[in-house]
Amino acid sequence: MTTVLDPTGERRPAERAPLPRPASLRGRTVGLLDIGKARGDVVLDRLAELLAADGATVRRYRKPTFARVAPLDLRQRITEQCEVVVEALAD
Amino acid sequence: MQLPDGLVAVVKRDCPTCLLVEPVLRELGAAVWCQDDPDWFDGDDTSLELSHRLGVETVPTLLRVDGGRETARTVGWSREQWAELTGVPGLGEGLPDHRPGCGSLSVDPSRADALEARHGGRLASRRVQLADLEDEHEALFDRGWTDGLPVVPPTPERVVRMLRGTTCDPGEVVAVVPPDLVPCTVEKVAVNAVMAGCRPEHLPVVLAAVEAACAEEFALHGLLATTYFSGPVVVVNGPVAARVGMNSGVNALGQGNRANATIGRALQLVVRNVGGGRPGEVDRATLGNPGKLTFCFAEREEGSPFAPLAADRGVPGDAVTVFAGAGVQPVVDQLSRDAESLARTFAACLRVNAHPKLPLAFDAMLVVSPEHGRVLREAGWDRTRLLAELDGLLRLPAGELVRGAGGMAEGLPPGAGDGDVPKFRPGGLLVAHAGGDAGLFSAIVGGWVAGETGSAPVTREVRV
Repeated sequence: MTTVLDPTGERRPAERAPLPRPASLRGRTVGLLDIGKARGDVVLDRLAELLAADGATVRRYRKPTFARVAPLDLRQRITEQCEVVVEALAD
Repeated sequence: MQLPDGLVAVVKRDCPTCLLVEPVLRELGAAVWCQDDPDWFDGDDTSLELSHRLGVETVPTLLRVDGGRETARTVGWSREQWAELTGVPGLGEGLPDHRPGCGSLSVDPSRADALEARHGGRLASRRVQLADLEDEHEALFDRGWTDGLPVVPPTPERVVRMLRGTTCDPGEVVAVVPPDLVPCTVEKVAVNAVMAGCRPEHLPVVLAAVEAACAEEFALHGLLATTYFSGPVVVVNGPVAARVGMNSGVNALGQGNRANATIGRALQLVVRNVGGGRPGEVDRATLGNPGKLTFCFAEREEGSPFAPLAADRGVPGDAVTVFAGAGVQPVVDQLSRDAESLARTFAACLRVNAHPKLPLAFDAMLVVSPEHGRVLREAGWDRTRLLAELDGLLRLPAGELVRGAGGMAEGLPPGAGDGDVPKFRPGGLLVAHAGGDAGLFSAIVGGWVAGETGSAPVTREVRV
């Protein structure tokens, strides 16, 4: 019998169930995160119009660069200020 | 195992000195363990576990034990030292005053790694037992631990041997590896280095490469996640490169050299296995490039017109530089015999990096071959001079770069200006020297998104 050592990080991340999807966005605060890709703003501008027309409150956010993960304070701000978030990636 | 109080000895029957002291040990009533004959004395240490745990290097070893703890030790036979340890004068009448002992079986090179792996207690990784009916290579593929090529099974013995390549503690954390941000120990790097096919002397280079690739400014998470082609390219400087057998000469960027191939591969396996960066999951590359299996070479420092790359970046001596590279583009110039002409060739080829109309967006590394390097050396051009010349040659008229110019939609947005735009950001073009003696060819390794918005090259010392 061969014994080998586990080459992985041996982590078992806790799995969390996503929150239930809201039945309607009316009256909800929706965050739009622009990850910094070219023309992502085109998608998000239009989305903001549509969401506002549906009665949602829209808040806009932007990552400093698409090449790196969102800074912690940005993630925390979105978590505190929004009930729903849309992350846009566009080229 | 608790040692009995009093005198304890470890011997082997194959050792003439042990044979010599047998009557002395029996006279003293010592508790004796024998390494190679279970029936010689009462104690059987043919497993060598006790010898290993006691750190016995020579037989006979005689210990005094009080309260289960060793309080004195002597090795070989010396009437004076044995008398001092036992408190019994005049031992071994008729024996010579002194005889050196023999090597303990527990430090025999063919046994030491297995003993360390079994009893050393320094390895913290989960042990995975493969069933007898499993093919061990298939088993490693099945668990998702390989890059698509077979790996060397990381048995505890092999990992112990790999760890002898460094003085670092196996539990020391080398880096926090993206994308899962897992603290990665020296031991985990060693496990993956075994799998990649490294030898122990390669481990310090792999450790430095992992440390460099996980530095914040290298942006490994983004580099992995991007749809772009790139992955980490490792350039090694300093005497360590030749000492561990790296290739900086013929076919330096190609196959066939174990150190180049396995060091770069070990880094990629760490990213995959420890960091959790797997293609099709976090790695979203549209096409990728074959260098994502391994891309590592040594800079050819002898005969180079340039100072070593790492030294120019502030780390003299043994060092690695990681660069977010995306494959090799040839540069052919068989006619330039003066540096000015050659620089214009380099500039013309560098201009098309990623797209001829995209400036300041992507870094690059120019790998100058020895025959091209000779032209620069004879002209007295060092790296700074070459970069200055290229900077002047790579100022591109904005009008040629805007969207639609040249009939191509790609380019800068309208209003980008009327002046010139540099192709590369400051520091965005690396220059190295490598390759075989013959061939008026150099290479451009295209980079990834440049600088603060993307990845910046990182240089780290190799600590041997």
